[in-house]
This record gives sequence, structure tokens and C-alpha cells, in this order.
Amino acid sequence: MAENKKPGFVDSVAKSQIWKSIFRTGIPVTRRQRMMGVLNNVFLHLHPVKLPKHAVKLKYTWCMGGLSFFLFLVLTISGILLMFYYRPTVEYAYTDIMDLSEQVPLGIMREIHRWGAHAMVIAVWLHMFRVFMTGSYKPPREFNWAVGVILLTLTLLLSFTGYLLPWDQLAIWAITVGSNMARATPFLGHEGPGASLLAIGDVNFVTMSSDIRFALLGGRFVGEGALLRFYVLHCVGLPFIVAILMAVHFWRVRKDGGISGPV
Amino acid sequence: MFDWLKEIINLLSTPSISFTLLAVIIPFVFPPTDWFEKWHRRLGLHHLWSIRGGWGLFGLITAFLVFGFFDENFGKILSKPDNVPIMMLIYFVFFFVWLSMHSAYANDARLARGEKVEEDYGPDEKVLVWPDLVYIELTALVLMTVFLIIWSVGLPAPLEEPANPSLSPNPAKAPWYFLGLQEMLVYFDPWLAGVIFPTFIIVGLMALPYIDDNPKASGYYSFANRRVSIFIFMFGFLALWIFLIVVGTFFRGPNWNFFGPFEEWSIAKVVPLTNVNLSEYVWVKLLRIGLPSHWLVRESVGIIMLLLYFGVIPVVLARGKLRGLVERLGPTSYALIIFLALAMVFLPIKMYLRWTINLKYIIAIPEAFFNI
Repeated sequence: MAENKKPGFVDSVAKSQIWKSIFRTGIPVTRRQRMMGVLNNVFLHLHPVKLPKHAVKLKYTWCMGGLSFFLFLVLTISGILLMFYYRPTVEYAYTDIMDLSEQVPLGIMREIHRWGAHAMVIAVWLHMFRVFMTGSYKPPREFNWAVGVILLTLTLLLSFTGYLLPWDQLAIWAITVGSNMARATPFLGHEGPGASLLAIGDVNFVTMSSDIRFALLGGRFVGEGALLRFYVLHCVGLPFIVAILMAVHFWRVRKDGGISGPV
Repeated sequence: MFDWLKEIINLLSTPSISFTLLAVIIPFVFPPTDWFEKWHRRLGLHHLWSIRGGWGLFGLITAFLVFGFFDENFGKILSKPDNVPIMMLIYFVFFFVWLSMHSAYANDARLARGEKVEEDYGPDEKVLVWPDLVYIELTALVLMTVFLIIWSVGLPAPLEEPANPSLSPNPAKAPWYFLGLQEMLVYFDPWLAGVIFPTFIIVGLMALPYIDDNPKASGYYSFANRRVSIFIFMFGFLALWIFLIVVGTFFRGPNWNFFGPFEEWSIAKVVPLTNVNLSEYVWVKLLRIGLPSHWLVRESVGIIMLLLYFGVIPVVLARGKLRGLVERLGPTSYALIIFLALAMVFLPIKMYLRWTINLKYIIAIPEAFFNI
């Protein structure tokens, strides 16, 4: 290589004006270039430029936090693709899903999305488990642990809202079972303790058509309203909150002293 | 063939037996006190976390699942596409519990010898993110993608009949990660199993760093330094969460009846419902005077028992065994910890009351949907 006087293809690309305008630091060969490469890239800049050695040991990190984030991205991309073909109405939802499996040759986007979602739930649990087992929730990282617990809950809710969308028997009955719990919410569900106290005379405020389950489902049972609500929550509402909290979560990892480790 | 073994496993899987086994084993496997630690060593349970112990665990689960796959009934349940993640979950949970305990024991041994923990390379050992971290991330990302593609090509996502609100499947199950909560419905009304307990789990987890004031073992695997908190976490995670999910998924068939893994899910299985409220036990069976008409009198025994449980036990403990904890944390944090802990133990207590004396509710005020 070294004797080759003529600049090779890689070299000429790396020296071109286009390449240099995008990647300012050139091919990261020297220590300085490698550090600048991380610093100058908005995505890599999630990371510091240097890390303590244990932070790159798989035996310590299990890579579960990173995989949770990666799976979130996979689910976002495959989810966007699915949104092109899926209409959240009682009339079309099921047939659109059918079409995805029957009309698309080698189509695996729904599989990627579904199995990726299961994998994300597991990855998030294991990430929490790792953080617990290394005592990484201890000061100064208390707040970030709490943010992580909320993210875990939101991951489950994301998966739960997505479960309804295929609109098959599995979907509506799983959501029926799950959302039936909501009507027993104390004070806010019409079969919850204390709900009957929220009344003036004979007029109950918390009824079958005004309680928290009704708000969740947009109706008294899992129907058209629920499908639309779950769709909006699944595709826009919850990812929006998750994205904000992930930003907080990653930021705080850096601000709380980087990845945990023995002091 | 192996029918006797299947019969035994079916019997052992009964929630009352399998949960008891698990609840008894966990303190010996993750010993929270010196006494348990002593027996942990004597019984040789620390070998579980050696390399050989890990392979043993792996072999045991695999043998069980392979054995299960060839059974007509268990095979049917195991091969449901949506149950695949739970099997992965079982493997992963075992593997990572093993890995973390393996690392923890190795570190404890190092600390006992006066050495530094494995994660401690000293403050000057730094690596650059490019390339040391980014190549790991890239590898992990590529492997995960390959894994997802293989999984997706090999196993089509399930799609059942179109939704039909008038045709309820039996059993109707929530998504697998909520089956622990659905399993709790056997023992508690939905306002507790579906609303209050999940809230406690979330609040309890979020409160964890504020109530665990042990500053030791932050940033490395260790068991000896935090055995009580690890024991409590393992009990909650393994016995009250993962175990209930496994029961809810694999062992609950039509009408949410229990079915052993090698038992056929028969819709005809009838389990007599003979559950009795505490008030009936007291007023009807014991005092033989019939239920009082006013709910407050009727439920007074249950109310008093719960007040004793959540009100008096914390005070007694605060003056006795847990005096040190109160002094360290102050009354507010102590009250929060003890309340969450008692709420967590309340679930197994209610489970046992159901299994032993068929207790339905401790407090039953159906007029107000207030049943405990």
C-alpha cells in the first residue's frame, strides 16, 4: 500500500471537497482526528470522547441500554413504513394487515415491528436489571433511574397500544382484558372504590360513559374510538413523550458523571 | 413414556407448590442474612454462579423445554408465536441473573483478598470512543438486525380471526408482559391488581435510590455489600413478576383455571369455587349469628386486621428490629419503605390465604367496589 504512489479510490474520495465538507476531520487515523471525529458529529457526540476502560466491557454493560435505543429506532422506521399501508378503522385495519402478509412478496416489516417490540420490552427490563445489579441507581444518578422507570412504563404502554392495531381476536380481547382494569380505578373508574362518592344527589359523575376507561377507549367498549385513540397514542403521542424523556435520560447519563463505575 | 415424570411436574407446577418452592429457595440462593449465607455455602448453592453452575442451569432449562416441545399439550403452548418472546425471556433472565451473580461473586472474592474489583482499571485507563466503543455498538447493531431478520423470516407474526366483540376467546389473555398483573386478578380485585399494585411497582422502583441509603457497591457487581437489597429485588423480580408471567402464560387455560404444563387445556375442567369472605368466617361459621347488616360492623374484623398489618407492624418493627433504619432514614422514608415492603408481602400473604383457607376477601364491601 505504502509504495503505491497513485492515490487510490478511497484516498481520492477522502480528499474530495464533498467528503471534506461533510466529515471535517478526515479519516480518523490519528488520536486527535478520532477525538475530533466524535466531537464534531452530532450523533457520536452523545458519547464523550474518552471513556474509562470498563465502560466498553460487554460483561459490565451487557449493551442493553444501547440495544433498547437501537430497537426504538428500528421500531420507528418499520412503524413509519407500516403507516403507509395501514388505516386505523374498523373497516380496513384487519384487511390492511392481511394485505401486508399476502400482497407483499417477502414482506417482513410487520414481523420486524412485532418481534422488535417484544425484543425491546425484554431489552429494557434487562437494562434496568443491569443498572440495579451494578448499583448504578445510587447517588448521583437517582433522578436518571426514575426517568428510566418512566421510560420502561412507556415502553410497555407503547407495546400495549400497538397490540390493538391488527384488529384481530388476539388484539381486541387482550386490550379488553387490559382496559377493563381501568374501570376499577379508584375514584376515576365507574366500578372503582370511591367513584360513587363523586356524586351530587343521585347524579353520578363517574359513569360508564365518563370514567377513565371511557377516556382511554373513546367509547364504552373496544371499538372504532379505541382503535383511533390507540393508533394516535401508539404512532405519535407516546413516541413523542418517549423521545423527550430519552433525550433527558441520555443527557443526564453524561451530566451525572458518565457511565457508572467504581470510584 | 415419562408419564410419571409429567404427572410429577404437573403437580409441582400448581401455583401453591411452585410458588412455595420458589419462595423458600430464593433466600437460600440470594442469602440476605448470615444464617442464610451459612446454609447457602453448606448446601453448595454458591456453585450455581460458577461457570459449571451456569451450564447446569442452561442444560436444565433446555432439557425441560425440549422435553416440553415433544409433549402434545405443552408443545402446543410453547410453539405459539407470541409465546416465543417469553421463552427468550426465561433464557435471558436466567443468563443475566447468572452473569451478574457470577461477576458479583468474583468481585466479592477480590475485595475479600484486598484487591480491586474487576471493573476498576484505575483512573488513568481511558479508551477512545472512536474506535473502541463505536465498533462494539456497530457490531451489536448488526447482530441485532440479523437476529430480527432471521426471527421475522422464520416466524410470521400471529394474526387470528378478525375482531369479533361478541365472541370472547377462552381464556382471553392480556399481552404477555401484563400477565403477571392478570394472574394477580386471581387473588385481588382489578382495582388492586390492575391499578394499585402496578402503581406501587412503579412508585417503588422510582423511590428505590432514595430509600436504599447503602452507598456501597455503586458502579460494580457485588453481592456481599448489598445482599438485602438484591434479595428483595430478586424476590420481587423473579417470584412476583417473572414467575407470575410464566404461570399466566403457560399454566392458565380456559376459565383461567390452572393446567399443568403437560395437561390438556380442556374447557370442561371444573374447579369448584368455594371461596369464603373473612366476614362469613367470623360471623357465620365462628360466631353463628349471621352477617350484621351494617357494612362497618360486618367488615370490622378485616378492617382491624389490615390496620394492624399496615399500622401496627411498622411501629413494632421501628421500636425493635428496624430501629437503626428509622434512625438513619427518618420517619418519612421509613414509613414509605415499610409500607411498600408490606404491600409487596401482602400479595403472597393473600395467595396463601386463598390456598389454605379459601379466603376470598379480607374486606368485602361490594356496595362500594371496595374488596381487599
